[in-house]
Amino acid sequence: MVPIAYYLVLSAILFGCGVAGFLVKRNIITIFMCIELMLNGVNLAFVAFAAHWGRLSGQVFVFFVMVVAAAEAAVGLAIIIAVFRTRETLNVDRVNLLKL
Amino acid sequence: MHLWLIPLLPLAGAAINGLLGRRFSKSTVTAVGLLFPGAAMLWTWKVAFQFTASQAPYIENHGTWLRAGDFVVNYSLYLDQLSLLMILIVTGVGFLIHVYSVGYMAHEGGYYRYFSYLNLFMFFMLTLVLASNYLLMFVGWEGVGLASYLLIGFFFLRDSASSAGKKAFIVNRIGDFGFLIALFLMIKHFGTLNFDDVFAKAAGADVGLLTAIGLLLLVGAAGKSAQLPLYVWLPDAMEGPTPVSALIHAATMVTAGVYMITRSHVIFDHAPDAAAAVAVIGALTALFAATIGLVQHDIKRVLAYSTVSQLGYMVMACGVAAYSAGMFHLMTHAFFKALLFLAAGSVIHGLGGEQDMRKMGGLRHDMPWTFWTMTMATFAITGVPMFSGFFSKDEILWRTFASGHTVLWFIGWFTAFLTAFYMFRLWFLTFFGEFRGQPAHGAHETPGREHHQHEGHAHESPKVMLVPLVILAVLSVIGGWIGVPPALAGSNHFEHFLDPVLLSSASAEATGVAQPATEDFAPERTLAVSAIGAGVAGFLLAWLMYSRRRDLPAKLREQFQGAYTMLENKYYVDEFYGAAVVKPLIEGSRAVLWKFIDQGLIDGTVNESAAAARDVSNSFRRMQSGNIRSYAGWIAAGAAVVIAYMLYMGVR
Repeated sequence: MVPIAYYLVLSAILFGCGVAGFLVKRNIITIFMCIELMLNGVNLAFVAFAAHWGRLSGQVFVFFVMVVAAAEAAVGLAIIIAVFRTRETLNVDRVNLLKL
Repeated sequence: MHLWLIPLLPLAGAAINGLLGRRFSKSTVTAVGLLFPGAAMLWTWKVAFQFTASQAPYIENHGTWLRAGDFVVNYSLYLDQLSLLMILIVTGVGFLIHVYSVGYMAHEGGYYRYFSYLNLFMFFMLTLVLASNYLLMFVGWEGVGLASYLLIGFFFLRDSASSAGKKAFIVNRIGDFGFLIALFLMIKHFGTLNFDDVFAKAAGADVGLLTAIGLLLLVGAAGKSAQLPLYVWLPDAMEGPTPVSALIHAATMVTAGVYMITRSHVIFDHAPDAAAAVAVIGALTALFAATIGLVQHDIKRVLAYSTVSQLGYMVMACGVAAYSAGMFHLMTHAFFKALLFLAAGSVIHGLGGEQDMRKMGGLRHDMPWTFWTMTMATFAITGVPMFSGFFSKDEILWRTFASGHTVLWFIGWFTAFLTAFYMFRLWFLTFFGEFRGQPAHGAHETPGREHHQHEGHAHESPKVMLVPLVILAVLSVIGGWIGVPPALAGSNHFEHFLDPVLLSSASAEATGVAQPATEDFAPERTLAVSAIGAGVAGFLLAWLMYSRRRDLPAKLREQFQGAYTMLENKYYVDEFYGAAVVKPLIEGSRAVLWKFIDQGLIDGTVNESAAAARDVSNSFRRMQSGNIRSYAGWIAAGAAVVIAYMLYMGVR
């Protein structure tokens, strides 16, 4: 068996990459991808624990997370498109005025 | 015997004229302004007729004012011989001055305001003398100070007038502070402010306490009655209209201190040190003010210093327990001093506003009525025999001598000489000789006062001003005849009238001069002759210097340059007060109260707290940058803190 620590470390690395990219990147699409990365890192942790303790709650929770991730991606991309139509930019630093 | 009408009628007049007078015609204002004090005067006469000695003291209670545990103060009015005397003087002389004012103020602005204030003054003064407890008296006391301020500063557009009003009120306040502390002592140790109760308890109280109370009451009286060292407001008070000077600063308000000391005689009877202080202050004031009056040029200033000096006589009389003599002089002084001021006002009015005696002269031909009435008053004040002032001043001097205060008697006697000198100097300068003023000049330095263009001659005043002068002149002549002492073949009705008030408790033994043990009148008659001698000496000197040899004043001035300048500048007392008291107060207030406390502490606290709030919010503002990535960063940081905390809690 692969020790659970490996899965957790991998999950942490994924999460960390997601956070780092979320904070550093300028392109809004890239930021969204980092968000997905964070979510998937968390998914990995849940599944690892579920397998380790032989309980199904972890697996089920992953379903929830995926559903939320999907919905959030849909809504988020819709917003991005709306913003892009008016601002003509994907640079998140340029979207800093409430007023257009 | 509805005593409450006496003070409240003038109050009604003040209210009506004050609130509605602006819309009234001048005759309506006059009618209201004369009706209410006149009614008060008539009611006083009615009360006087009804009053019998058996009724005294008649106390009229109108309900409780305040109550704090056992300490109760009522709205109650007190009528005995002393307060009856005072209300007769106040309403009588007051009404005459109201009538005079109709003529004097006829061309001035603010006519309704003047009568409103004058009636207000009457209300407060009558409250003062009719009160049956010290607190109600204090209401009147403060109120007359207020009325004085309003009336001195009547021509408020003139800087000197409004400053004089402020000065009067502030100096008065210092005296009031002393009075208040005395009241506090009474409340603490006697538990009451009612006259009868306080005096009953004072008889057995600790002498040190009574001395303290007496000295503090003296401070109050010194402020109100213009004694040393708080007399400085009275000469400046001449900025007010002349009838105001006559009423307030000659006949009534300034006598409030004398009345108060007389009313509190039980306290002074049992505190000989305080009484001695009263006598000394009175005598010194009399002398001091008389010396200043010798060289003043403004006719009203001479009379003002004369008032301070005569008040000194009254206070000195109270100090040697000759209270009835003091009150007698108060009454005669009210007559002749009011007359002197009103006549001076008539002169000023006739000359179109001139007050400098160096520009007067020879007016007895142009203003005969004024001349003769003023002459009567001058004779009265200098103690010409048979005039009122002779009897009252003589009584004071005799009592002072007979009670052993020889030095004070000498001061009083010398002051009589000075009084005669400066009064006859005024008389000669104003009415005799050549007219030294500018004829037919309408220009003068007082804004707000009308002037009459008359070609070279002063004109006599209208009848409405002359009638009060004549009445007061008659009173100045005969007013003393009710107090002729036995030494001069009289029966001194005045003293016997006041005896029931003044000889209560042990005061008879304390004075020791209530009745002469023997019928030996020689000392008294000798003293009377000496007083007449002083008066004659003063007259002769004034006649010599201002009638026969007119060059003498200038020569004497040259020779005694230093003394003359000192006197002319009033011993530099005002400058001294300015440097010693006023300037440090102003500088101290500016540096400490304004810069340090107000600007530094109070403004500082408020501003600093605002600045702190601003700085804190400034730092928080950086969170709201509008930059999405910094928001993301803050979220991440917050999440990290939460996770760290959970880890920490988990490990514990």
